[in-house]
Amino acid sequence: MSIIKVKNLQKSFGKVEVLKDINAEVQEKEVVCVIGPSGSGKSTFLRCLNRLEEISGGEVVINGQDITDNKININKVRQEVGMVFQQFNLFPHKTVLENITMGPIKIRSTEKSAADKLALELLEKVGLREKANSYPGELSGGQKQRVAIARALAMNPKIMLFDEPTSALDPEMVGDVLEVMKQLAKEGMTMVVVTHEMGFAREVGDRVIFMDGGYIVEENEPNELFSNPQHERTKAFLSKVL
Amino acid sequence: MRAFFLKGDEKMDIISAALPMLFKGLQVTLYIFVIAIILGFIIGLLVALLRLAPNKILNWIAKVYVDAIRGTPFIVQLFFIYFGVNSLQIISLNSTTAGIVTVAINAGAYFAEIIRAGIQSIDKGQTEAARSIGFTGAQTMRYVVLPQAFRRMLPTITNQSIISLKDTSLLSVIGIADLTQQGQIQASATFEAFKIWLAVGVIYFIIIYLLTILANFIERRIQVR
Repeated sequence: MSIIKVKNLQKSFGKVEVLKDINAEVQEKEVVCVIGPSGSGKSTFLRCLNRLEEISGGEVVINGQDITDNKININKVRQEVGMVFQQFNLFPHKTVLENITMGPIKIRSTEKSAADKLALELLEKVGLREKANSYPGELSGGQKQRVAIARALAMNPKIMLFDEPTSALDPEMVGDVLEVMKQLAKEGMTMVVVTHEMGFAREVGDRVIFMDGGYIVEENEPNELFSNPQHERTKAFLSKVL
Repeated sequence: MRAFFLKGDEKMDIISAALPMLFKGLQVTLYIFVIAIILGFIIGLLVALLRLAPNKILNWIAKVYVDAIRGTPFIVQLFFIYFGVNSLQIISLNSTTAGIVTVAINAGAYFAEIIRAGIQSIDKGQTEAARSIGFTGAQTMRYVVLPQAFRRMLPTITNQSIISLKDTSLLSVIGIADLTQQGQIQASATFEAFKIWLAVGVIYFIIIYLLTILANFIERRIQVR
């Protein structure tokens, strides 16, 4: 069963139509990478999946719920959909541990001791247990992003969305973050990853979606798409980035 | 300072006789200030949230309030509330209540602008991160945006509080026995205007200086790392 189902999705900012007609499905435990030139609408597409952008038209069904329906509780849906941002967006006034426990404590009313335990486990997983009491300002970019991943995982989401998670990182930091994401994929997390890391898309992705001009131009399994692109625009894009 | 007051035994007696009354006035000033500034802050927070609400009518109400207060002198606001509102004979405000209300409403408008700017200065990514975790709009405000915004606003909030404290001296014109009013009484009773008003000034200065030290202390405590 597909856990994400997008039908005729449209998104406009004023008069600018960023997403024209997007149709896509993501199966449970699938890792889908979204690539494409900047301005192609791939980040907007991702942000429509948890309604961080108001949707102008079409349907987005997450885990059986149409999130374009205003009657559904979007906050509940978002608890099931973790998101990792290019700019990390950690809360600077909270420690690493508090960043992670805030969601479980305030939203799920988890006991502090249980939330702390969970947070430490997640920090262990991303290799940053010793940073629990640091503040985000004391971390490097790669460390911040790994904490951001742990923060999203603390809500125990069914889906993880990644919006160019390594684009703001120094090159030597990229590997650590990708490693954590690979581990996550291996554990069976459903992931949608907007990325410029073609190596990651090829190695970890079950499927790659190529977007351009507000449309999905082509999608295929990574090896097929990278070695044998069907569309001119895909070819042109890949020749520039590979 | 001491030598200045000690010009003659009689002169010193005048000052020390006046001081208890001045301190009594100071108590009234501080009482009005503390209540009014707390009320003003609550008003400011509510109005700031109204100004940022997604509802045009609420934005407009908040904007009219802020503009009306900013566009009129404090003393006119005071007379409007004490004489104007009382003359309608719908409610009857005594001078202290009218004074507190005026200072609160006045400070509230300025606080609203400070808080609005503070909230808007917080990066949009903070809100998005909080919402993506599943926080409601209100939770996002409370746990993520406001704590960060207040740290940034504190110096400006201190500044406005000091202005409001000084504004309370104008309440003497509606007969509130604050520090300034007591100064007036003592000055005309003793014919020692110079010394009495100097003493009044020094008392205001010390209070405001202590307030500044307190604010600096809090600021250091809650610095964003």
